[in-house]
Amino acid sequence: MSDQAHGPEDGATPAEEHGGDNGVHVEKWEGIWMRISVVIVVVFILAIVISTTAFGIGVPGVGGRINPNTLSDPGNPFEKPGIRELAPGKYEVYMVAQTWNFMPEKIEVPVNSQVTFYLTARDVIHGFKLAGTNVNMMALPGQISTLSATFDKPGVYNYICHEYCGYVAGAPIGHHTMYGQLTVLPTHALTTTATTN
Amino acid sequence: MSVQALPAAGITTRPNQIPLTAQHLKFVDRIAGINITVSILALSVGALFGVFQGLEHAKVFDIYPFLQPAIKTYYQGLTLHGALNAVMWTTFFICGFFTFAFVRSFNRPLRYPWMSVVAVVLMIIGLLTAAVPILTNNASVLYTFYPPMMAAWGFYLGLTLLVVGSWFVGFSFYFTYWAWRKENPDTRSPFIALSITITMVMWQLATLGVAAEILFQLLPLSLGLIGGTDVLLDRTLFWWFGHPLVYFWLLPAYVSWYGMLPAQTNGKMFSEPLARLVFWLFLIFSVPVGFHHQFTDPGIPQVWKFIHMLLTMGVGFPSMITAFTVVASLEIGARVRGGKGYLRWIGRLNWGDPSYAAQNLAMILFIFGGIGGLINASYSVNMALHNTMWVPGHFHLTVGSATTLSFMGISYWLVPKLTGHKLFTKWLALAQAWTWFFGMLFFSNAYHTLGLLFNVPRRTMLGQAPYYSTQWNPQMMESVLGLALLSISATLFFAIMLFTLIVPRKLDKPIEMPVAQPLDPKPAPKWLDTWWPWLNGAIALILLSYGPMLYRLITEAEFWSKGIRVW
Repeated sequence: MSDQAHGPEDGATPAEEHGGDNGVHVEKWEGIWMRISVVIVVVFILAIVISTTAFGIGVPGVGGRINPNTLSDPGNPFEKPGIRELAPGKYEVYMVAQTWNFMPEKIEVPVNSQVTFYLTARDVIHGFKLAGTNVNMMALPGQISTLSATFDKPGVYNYICHEYCGYVAGAPIGHHTMYGQLTVLPTHALTTTATTN
Repeated sequence: MSVQALPAAGITTRPNQIPLTAQHLKFVDRIAGINITVSILALSVGALFGVFQGLEHAKVFDIYPFLQPAIKTYYQGLTLHGALNAVMWTTFFICGFFTFAFVRSFNRPLRYPWMSVVAVVLMIIGLLTAAVPILTNNASVLYTFYPPMMAAWGFYLGLTLLVVGSWFVGFSFYFTYWAWRKENPDTRSPFIALSITITMVMWQLATLGVAAEILFQLLPLSLGLIGGTDVLLDRTLFWWFGHPLVYFWLLPAYVSWYGMLPAQTNGKMFSEPLARLVFWLFLIFSVPVGFHHQFTDPGIPQVWKFIHMLLTMGVGFPSMITAFTVVASLEIGARVRGGKGYLRWIGRLNWGDPSYAAQNLAMILFIFGGIGGLINASYSVNMALHNTMWVPGHFHLTVGSATTLSFMGISYWLVPKLTGHKLFTKWLALAQAWTWFFGMLFFSNAYHTLGLLFNVPRRTMLGQAPYYSTQWNPQMMESVLGLALLSISATLFFAIMLFTLIVPRKLDKPIEMPVAQPLDPKPAPKWLDTWWPWLNGAIALILLSYGPMLYRLITEAEFWSKGIRVW
């Protein structure tokens, strides 16, 4: 290693003439590969921008704050978690993640509904992934997470807590039993049983 | 011993140099030996729990009822697996390997050897202090310890001591670097010493985040000194540290791949100045990327997530250069060894040497690990994968292979060097490397698939989950096949290490640290050996990418969350 430190008396090599004292000699194929690398990275970024803008696959942003110790207080938006119909085909879901269940645990919507989720945590951090969709959020105490999704395929979608949130040895429930189900009904008629208000 | 160690050519004693005595080398080797012993012991326990988890996931065998009352839950085991493998095995091995290599690369004694002693003592006290609450089920918070989940204070104190100890490893290097620089004002620092120092400085910048999280929030909270914490602020400070942590795992492997491995297969460093540039780029880009772990977090505006995504793509670039440059360095060696053709030369690499083979196989797995990393960082794509089994699939290729299998390969020359005993044995070590390679290939492929196709959650005792689906069975079986190979491989590794230590077989020839010579003898330009532009650039980029958001999180912090024990 350190013989390179002996400096310029080592004699000029052809490579030296390329760069001068401050230049770095880059071999031909190495230079080509570096350009390819830049192109790959730029293409990836463009693909991300397109998926986010044209296809609307966004990540959650700022959804507001809420004191986790007040969720059960009268008038708190999370006092009675559940689904609310805003307009035909448009719903909002207020959901609380807590050790060790989601409230509500069951949601039903008709097909082609647009649902906006508002999610917070009562105690520790939880996760919320609606399997088979791009709805994926962390539930943090003190913060409201929000994302919207449109359900155009009837079926049952699990929402699973994907952040470790505890388990007491021998208990029947724990992080791994924490999940709920969203049912997308094939009809346009809403026969929800999970609505709490 | 089969290591093709070239002599450390060019190390000559100049008049202004402090001679490196045999006594000092003995001291350095003792420090390295203690670190590496602790690291391997940590891995042996950590890896065992990995097997338990994998078998539980696949519903093959749930061992946890039989581990009562020593180990209470799956999640206590998972905490052990993460803390011992990802934190203890890596940090101790890195500090040992670096101390060994740094001194030899500079060919100069450490400026203040006591700093290295303080380092290893603090780190071991830290390990033991954190181990007590983990082993007594008072810290089953996983190695990310997200608040407001609250471990016993010993857990946080132990982690603090470990990190501060690792800072002393860095301090010891910085003072030595500085002294060497004053003695040698006009020469380029040797690549290995420089790349090690850059890695430690990066670690210094990275650990500021977690140090702030622990010292100002978690430790006082666990001691009852403060009433509550702000969870998002804590997470943000954690991920300031959490992503550069993975480069702290990876860069020591890069030190070996660039600076040593070519010499283990008769090759040369293809372009030494570019290798330096790669390390400087890592210094700049490693830290300001943490929000890509928080794409799904509330409370952080999308624009900051997007900026960190762009910077993460930037940190992919030096790894892409590495993919070319390291392979070119190895190809030189293969052609010296008689390799021909466009691809046939690959067969002439030094596959018979387990140290070489393990590291080359680690590189191959890292191709997939690196591509997976770019996928994870891809903002919108991450929504399909975040916190699914895809993620452990990914990092078992990076920290579990690129890092771990490389460190195993390094052990195959370093442990014989430190013990003075011949490796026990070359063939066992080759078998170990290949079983790890195929084991990880099956295991990670299965976990990637489970995450992508079925959104199976990570960090979950799946065998007890009510949503467990029989659709997962093919991948679960594949993961068990991987686990079986990995179990064989890990057992072989520990046996090889143990028997190399206790069976005093004579070395065929003395072992020296392999040092790859540059192909082009022209020294790197001075700007690639100058700290201020890169270090200031790194600090400036951290301030720009984290400053405004952290200012907002701190000024608007609401300390609503009390510490909770949920296990």
